[in-house]
Amino acid sequence: MVATLPQRARAAAAPAAARRRRSPWAVLRENAVWVVAVLALVYLLLPNLVVVLFSFNKPNGRFNYTWQRFSLDAWLHPCAAPGMCESLGLSLKIGVAATLASTLLGTMIAFALARYRFRGRTGSNLLIFLPMATPEVVMGSSLLTLFVSMGIPLGRTTILIAHIMFCLSYVVVTVKARIAGLDPALEQAAADLYATEWQTFRRITLPLVAPGIAAGALLAFSLSFDDYIITNFNASNSSITFPMYVWGAAARGTPVQINVIGTAMFVLAVLAVALGQLAGRRRAR
Amino acid sequence: MAGPAAGNDPGDLVLSSLTKRFGPFTAVDNVDLSIPQGSFFALLGPSGCGKTTTLRMVAGLEQPTVGEIRIGGHDITYDKPYRRPVNTVFQSYALFPHLTVWENVAFGLKRRRSEQVDSQVADVLELTELQALAARKPAQLSGGQQQRVALARAIVNQPAVLLLDEPLGALDLKLRRQMQVELKRIQTEVGLTFVHVTHDQEEAMTMADTIAVMNAGRIEQLGAPAELYENPATTFTANFLGQSNLIRATVRDRQAESATVALPSGTLRVPASRLPGGVDDVWVGVRPEKISVAGEPVHGEAIPAGLNRIPGAVVTDASFMGVSTQYLVRTPWGQELMVFEQNRSSAGIHRPGDQVSLSFAAEHTFALDAGQDAEAGIDLDEAPS
Amino acid sequence: MPYFLLLPGLLWLGVFFVVPMVFLLSQSLQTGTLETGYQLTFHFATYSDAMAQFFRQFLRSFEYAFLATVLALLIGYPLAYAIALKSGRWKPVLLVMVVAPFFTSFLLRTLAWQTILNSDGLVMKFFRGTHLIQLTTALGWTNGSQLLSSPLAVVTGLTYNFLPFMVLPLFASLDRLDPRLLEAAGDLYASPLSAFRRVTLPMSMPGVVAGTLLTFIPAAGDYINSRLLGNPNTAMIGQTIEGYFLRINDYPTAAALSFVLMFTILVLVSVYVRKSGTEELV
Repeated sequence: MVATLPQRARAAAAPAAARRRRSPWAVLRENAVWVVAVLALVYLLLPNLVVVLFSFNKPNGRFNYTWQRFSLDAWLHPCAAPGMCESLGLSLKIGVAATLASTLLGTMIAFALARYRFRGRTGSNLLIFLPMATPEVVMGSSLLTLFVSMGIPLGRTTILIAHIMFCLSYVVVTVKARIAGLDPALEQAAADLYATEWQTFRRITLPLVAPGIAAGALLAFSLSFDDYIITNFNASNSSITFPMYVWGAAARGTPVQINVIGTAMFVLAVLAVALGQLAGRRRAR
Repeated sequence: MAGPAAGNDPGDLVLSSLTKRFGPFTAVDNVDLSIPQGSFFALLGPSGCGKTTTLRMVAGLEQPTVGEIRIGGHDITYDKPYRRPVNTVFQSYALFPHLTVWENVAFGLKRRRSEQVDSQVADVLELTELQALAARKPAQLSGGQQQRVALARAIVNQPAVLLLDEPLGALDLKLRRQMQVELKRIQTEVGLTFVHVTHDQEEAMTMADTIAVMNAGRIEQLGAPAELYENPATTFTANFLGQSNLIRATVRDRQAESATVALPSGTLRVPASRLPGGVDDVWVGVRPEKISVAGEPVHGEAIPAGLNRIPGAVVTDASFMGVSTQYLVRTPWGQELMVFEQNRSSAGIHRPGDQVSLSFAAEHTFALDAGQDAEAGIDLDEAPS
Repeated sequence: MPYFLLLPGLLWLGVFFVVPMVFLLSQSLQTGTLETGYQLTFHFATYSDAMAQFFRQFLRSFEYAFLATVLALLIGYPLAYAIALKSGRWKPVLLVMVVAPFFTSFLLRTLAWQTILNSDGLVMKFFRGTHLIQLTTALGWTNGSQLLSSPLAVVTGLTYNFLPFMVLPLFASLDRLDPRLLEAAGDLYASPLSAFRRVTLPMSMPGVVAGTLLTFIPAAGDYINSRLLGNPNTAMIGQTIEGYFLRINDYPTAAALSFVLMFTILVLVSVYVRKSGTEELV
């Protein structure tokens, strides 16, 4: 792709000419990437904005799709919608339990995969990868057939089991990446400085891997809290999680309170990220 | 050659038949070393020669395939790193990023449940001039400061042997020179045995009491810096330490004090002590800085009598380097020799094409078995590994 | 030691992922009903029947997933490029903005599209005003007078939902690109466009592969978008599977459908991965 000299001179002359008369099209073309990028961001965040906005709506009918007028009603009475707060509570409980279990099991696997050479390593990697590549419909429905065949009643327990299952892989991948980025010389230095294997793990490895474990736990929680498809396959009428409640509401009637919850989640998450950044910056000082 | 016989003094480090093989590749080949307590010992060699592997075996971070390691008479060959009275200054420093300078330095003491952690850490921080930085984290330190923390962290434990794995490699030239002096001072003050691994021959010669030159897993030569430099025993040492001119010659006449060797044209005198026994085909060696260049025809006292002379040579290249001039001179038999001359002569430097005579003292001449490879040790990749 | 660490987690996956798959497979070859019980009869006809009956849903699922993947790539690549190479100190903020959608339940967000594409909404007004609505109806993307309940809405929702899954791997890949390579290309007479084609694009290929996989696979099995934003004619195979499991209770057919879906995805993915030459995805 080497241009000949005359071509290069011509190419050099052209932008100079364009600079002299900067049409809006030229500006657009130069910043084309940014234009598309900004449009993409708008595309990404518009629904979030709508959720927040419509939490302040007071709809006329059962559905919250058209803007009527501004109202703080839903915010002042967040649990007014029947069954919503119970579903929220269940989602939170399952979320915490699934996070704890999957983070523990997943971290153990991550250490095994990242630190040891053993037979069956490729097989283990494959097994970890498969749930991430399987459609939720298939995972949810297969668990359903298992539970039905074994006669296990559907409900909170089966939901929890399913959640731990699909969160595991994501925790493994997240923590493994963090462990892989750890300089092995650090643990060698600890051993050189009279730390036994356990002391090295407790004082050097664990503190340095902790951010990865935290990230994995956060990811597990958000996956569990937000899951609908797999949960729906493995739940019963008495165990409604928040996403299941929203799904039902889409057919029955969408109370404004679900937007309130959505907005609250969003704000909490943004705060958490901001705090995380501040903490990270303070730790480095 | 290693000084007084080392063996059972508390800090004496003895390696016996130490070998390390990685599959078909032998990294360390049957190495025997005795390092007396309190000495500054350098393991010098190009990258890949096995010096770092040897160091790691002493630290306990690698297991030898064959051989023994003893410190003060105790066999520590298979001991875990945290059971050895050995500490390491790593090439990448390996400072714990989540701990402060103080906590890094105190780490070893705390693991051993030492009783005077505070005072010992304070002393060492003062020794390495880090008191002001005690509360900082490694990410907030410069390269030189990090290096000193790594050193302090190791020294504070008063190990029997302190290992340094190319610790100055990441520093710029000026800082490196400074740290070389610092390290030597600290070692003398603290009195620990230092084993310093490096590929930088100037660094080794500056700091060490004894140098072991390693090549391809074996020790080429062991001795004090001056000894190695003036009396190289192998072509590798001759070429790796400084530079050498090696001329093919045959021994003609051996006598008690010196021998005459025949060059392709002319003869030279070599002291008898410098001749390899039992061979007649030799490489005659002389360092470039030992040679004087005199323009031909030679006038009067220009070359004192009794020196080795190579007349009838022609200058092919002259590089003015300020302090000295580096010449390439072609001998009558076609070999190009290197000459470094300090710019002391008022006559100015010689130019390419000048006819010259080379001269040097017989005492500065050494000879090596011609069976050795004259290219060994030249132009090795000296970049830090 | 590694086995001790691996065992609990892998056991969990084994029991609750692998075993269910086996059950699903065997279920697909059984006959019977929920009341009378199932017998393993190796009734392969279930598969052929299911595929024949729902061939259109399968095709539609892959068609929508493919469209959503391509659109996500076209929209997401410039975004990832801008963040990785042109954003300077705004990089962390922009990254948070890409991930921020996940901070709200995805059902809520998909429902929000019902608001956005509502008949009384601004978007619809724009489409009516510019007569775009007639163009899209002519193309079969919408039907009549609304944007909702249409293939257009479904694909819009799908693209939206999985866009971050495309952007993040792309970003990770582009972030590793050394800008000095582009300077070197420019120094060697490459125009910005050819520098992109010959340096940036090839080097970002691992990100493109990862992003397209992470978008296509879940999109193919999704049905939330087609349920909330589509109509019965836009039904995707996921809906059918769910319906046959939970409402019609015809487990063998539903299981067969699940397996065909998974198998097809596996085949498509392995062909794709082999052609693009990346092995290590995890």
